[in-house]
Amino acid sequence: MNLEILVFGAMFVMALGCSLAMLFAPNAVHVALFLVGAQVALALAFLLQGAFFVAAVQIIVYAGAIMVLFLFVIMLLGVDVRQALVEPLTGQRGIAILLGALLAVGLVFVAIQGVQLAAGGADGAGALTELNRDPGNVIGLARALFSRYLLPFEVTSILLVVAIVGVMVLARRLGAVESEGQVQAPTEEEAA
Amino acid sequence: MSVAPGFYLVLAGLMFTIGVVGVLVRRNAIVIFMFIELMLNAVNLMFVTFARQHGTVDGQVLVFFVLVVAAAEVVVGLAIISLIFRHRESANVDAMHLLRR
Repeated sequence: MNLEILVFGAMFVMALGCSLAMLFAPNAVHVALFLVGAQVALALAFLLQGAFFVAAVQIIVYAGAIMVLFLFVIMLLGVDVRQALVEPLTGQRGIAILLGALLAVGLVFVAIQGVQLAAGGADGAGALTELNRDPGNVIGLARALFSRYLLPFEVTSILLVVAIVGVMVLARRLGAVESEGQVQAPTEEEAA
Repeated sequence: MSVAPGFYLVLAGLMFTIGVVGVLVRRNAIVIFMFIELMLNAVNLMFVTFARQHGTVDGQVLVFFVLVVAAAEVVVGLAIISLIFRHRESANVDAMHLLRR
């Protein structure tokens, strides 16, 4: 019980520290690595709250696949360490930080005040623990996903197909057809 | 006793705020994209926290959908960024001022 508070404290510090470090790291690769740290800390938070499968997926998909994709593109485009010293809009940074502080105060206030209203004051942690024990976390998740959430699940597949087709259209070089023609031309000459 | 859900929500709110400030302050398009990922992660934490509070797995199912949307968004977004880089030799968002004046 005390251990949970200890782990929560470590997770809190790691998640917030990595997020803040993202703001101040000049190098894009460092930002990506700090984001991985924040995501690992969040996976820990998921474990603490009984979302075991989601924690595993968070590590595998987010910290694994998506961040590798990010690092791949950063390396592909070249690491640009130069910071933009001239602000295009004067005072943009100050206003951004001011509005951010305002948003933080608002969100924290809502989190503290509204958490009792959200579930009518009831804490369902016991119910979730029971659910995780009897059918198991993965089975419970699968039952919900393939019964109540079946339509959104199928719509998700359409989204993925659209994304794949979109990326293929975007990644295709516009001059590809012409260069193919150029490649074909000498072969015709050779044939002649 | 376990950690109250309010603390998780405070953490999620602070991380979301850092994501918003990062998007507004940073100049590199890829870095801006990573802050959007940070915001999505904070929202995932909120979903999981509310799932625990309600005692159901529905919030955890929603995390899945956020995950899929994030994956699709990253793939399309990074393709667009690399396309812009190919045209302009820069991932700086200030370099894209075609519609300015």
